[in-house]
Amino acid sequence: MSALDATGEQLSVREAIRTALREELARDDTVFLMGQDEEDGGSFEVTAGLYEEFGRDRVRDTPISETAQIGSGVGAAATGLRPVVNVSYSDFIAICFEPLMNQAAKMQYMFAGATEMPLTVRAIEGAGFNAAAQHSSTVHTLVSHLPGIKAVAPATPRGSKGLMKTAVRSNDPVVFFEHKNIYERTGPVPEDEDFTVPIGEAAVLREGADVTVVATQQLVGEALSVAEDRTDADVEVIDPQSLSPLDTDTIAESVRKTGRLVVADESPLSYGLHAEVATRVVENEFYSLDVPIQRVGVPDTPIPFSPPLEDEVLPTAEEIDLAVDRLV
Amino acid sequence: MATLDMTDPSDQRQALRRMLLIREFERAVRDNFADGEIPGFVHLYIGQEAVAVGACSALADDDYVTSTHRGHGHCLAKGMDERTLMAELYGRSDGYCSGKGGSMHAADLDEGMLGAQPIVGAGVPLATGAGLTAQLRDRDWVGLSFFGDGAFAEGQVHESINLAATWDLPAIYVVENNLYSEGMTYEKQHNVEDLADSAAAYGIPGVVVDGMDVEAVYDAVAEARERAARGDGPTLIEAKTYRYRGHYEGDPQPYRTQEEIDEWRENRDAIDTFATRLREAGVLDEGEREELQSAVEADVEAAVEYARDAPFPDPEEAYDDVFVEPNPDVEYFRERLGRTGGADR
Repeated sequence: MSALDATGEQLSVREAIRTALREELARDDTVFLMGQDEEDGGSFEVTAGLYEEFGRDRVRDTPISETAQIGSGVGAAATGLRPVVNVSYSDFIAICFEPLMNQAAKMQYMFAGATEMPLTVRAIEGAGFNAAAQHSSTVHTLVSHLPGIKAVAPATPRGSKGLMKTAVRSNDPVVFFEHKNIYERTGPVPEDEDFTVPIGEAAVLREGADVTVVATQQLVGEALSVAEDRTDADVEVIDPQSLSPLDTDTIAESVRKTGRLVVADESPLSYGLHAEVATRVVENEFYSLDVPIQRVGVPDTPIPFSPPLEDEVLPTAEEIDLAVDRLV
Repeated sequence: MATLDMTDPSDQRQALRRMLLIREFERAVRDNFADGEIPGFVHLYIGQEAVAVGACSALADDDYVTSTHRGHGHCLAKGMDERTLMAELYGRSDGYCSGKGGSMHAADLDEGMLGAQPIVGAGVPLATGAGLTAQLRDRDWVGLSFFGDGAFAEGQVHESINLAATWDLPAIYVVENNLYSEGMTYEKQHNVEDLADSAAAYGIPGVVVDGMDVEAVYDAVAEARERAARGDGPTLIEAKTYRYRGHYEGDPQPYRTQEEIDEWRENRDAIDTFATRLREAGVLDEGEREELQSAVEADVEAAVEYARDAPFPDPEEAYDDVFVEPNPDVEYFRERLGRTGGADR
């Protein structure tokens, strides 16, 4: 079933993630959650109610120690548990990059497969709250650059539930990025407890014949609104969902059809997801391209505090629209 | 490797044998690294044998330990096989990590060795995690982390001990204070006489032991293990010891004198001290140390021969174990680079 004809109950992204975690906690008693204020629902109330339902062994508050959270999660994962560690704002991954980059990502490789690493890290990223530079970053491209780590950043409730369940069940380390500005976004989510979305599979959210827009997280909504408003171009919108691994085939297939590509992602423009998607398309579909690929993102600045400043640097529907203008 | 009873003469001899094996293994690594047979970097454990053997002899088979960049001693003390370990140092496919880890990443989860760890201090949260698994899954094991005095300046060490103390995890933290952090003296790194004093800040016991005395280390770890198993939480143990070799092989060691090294070797050597004590107690017969020495020399020689004869890994194995589940990106890049072999190359 494609994302286009999804059916099921209407859930918000927040409820979809919570439902996934609840179902996995109930299904497998090696799954447990830890993070700051996790017993009270954690940042943005995503895990609200789970402590009451599953108790302190399964839903635990940690000291404010991001490095020890991930590091002990790695040790727990290597010895038989399935930790879901919430590091709250993704900016804080800076504090705990060591256990992520050197331990979680490399242990099973260095030990030649003698251990598995069923670790899930939840990180809340993105701007739009006037939360200033250290609570607004989008860092998924940094993490996607690490061999040995999988990174997902779904934009829809369906993708959020399906990918969270896959992440928890995965024997590989997965960083699950949640954009704080789309928790209220609602959509249909299959109620089946065995519904999952595979890591490495993009979702075609809108079919179109003329322009492909690969958009992530918050910008999926902007891309869809641009697609609805354009009368001169039939826009296809793809949510890659998984950033590493990346679904090259779905994107290449779309460009083969449309010959035009915009990549819209809230990370800084240099060396990021935009570049990766564009490069893969050039590697595979250069002769399908009618015009140069366009990128929409943050112009390599930290995210500022003051509302007009934040608005200035954040990618918008208008910028996606402008990028489409350059293609048609 | 089975727990030893350090009041039993046979087990005491076994502890001495383990210490001799570590020293002999390290001598062979020293010589064969100098001869260019062993790739990479090596950091030798010679001098500190009493800490690894004392601590691991007090542990159960199922207990987990994490090690340091100076990890060969911990590996052997925990029960890893000297031949397979040597093969790993030689980068051979018969090594513990099929040649993917080497000296600095040797691991064997079957023996409870969660890995040598050259990121200073980074093994400490891993042992905490092993303790967390024991608590949540109601297992009998404890997680023990070996780390150095240099690691005690790292933030994640303190975060991890605090977390374990807060949650009463079955964990033991053994800091091997060998007086040097890489090339820096202890005094340059720390402003306290005893690192174990920090235990007060976590509300757990802090114990200082003579790290050149295998029985003292054993007793401290045995007591910490009992405490952990009771559910009373972690213990911080500081073992005062000394590193005979440089930080790494080839280290010119401008930071200390030969006189200082000789003083420790001649008057405080852990193996000599223990052997003398056993002889005086009538546990070790005349000539028995030499017999043990000959036996470990033969074992290590066999290990070196085994490693030399072992094959290197197939280059294709470089792509294995990046992930448990297949990763399309790895295959994508291999294919585009023409590294998947076959007719396309």
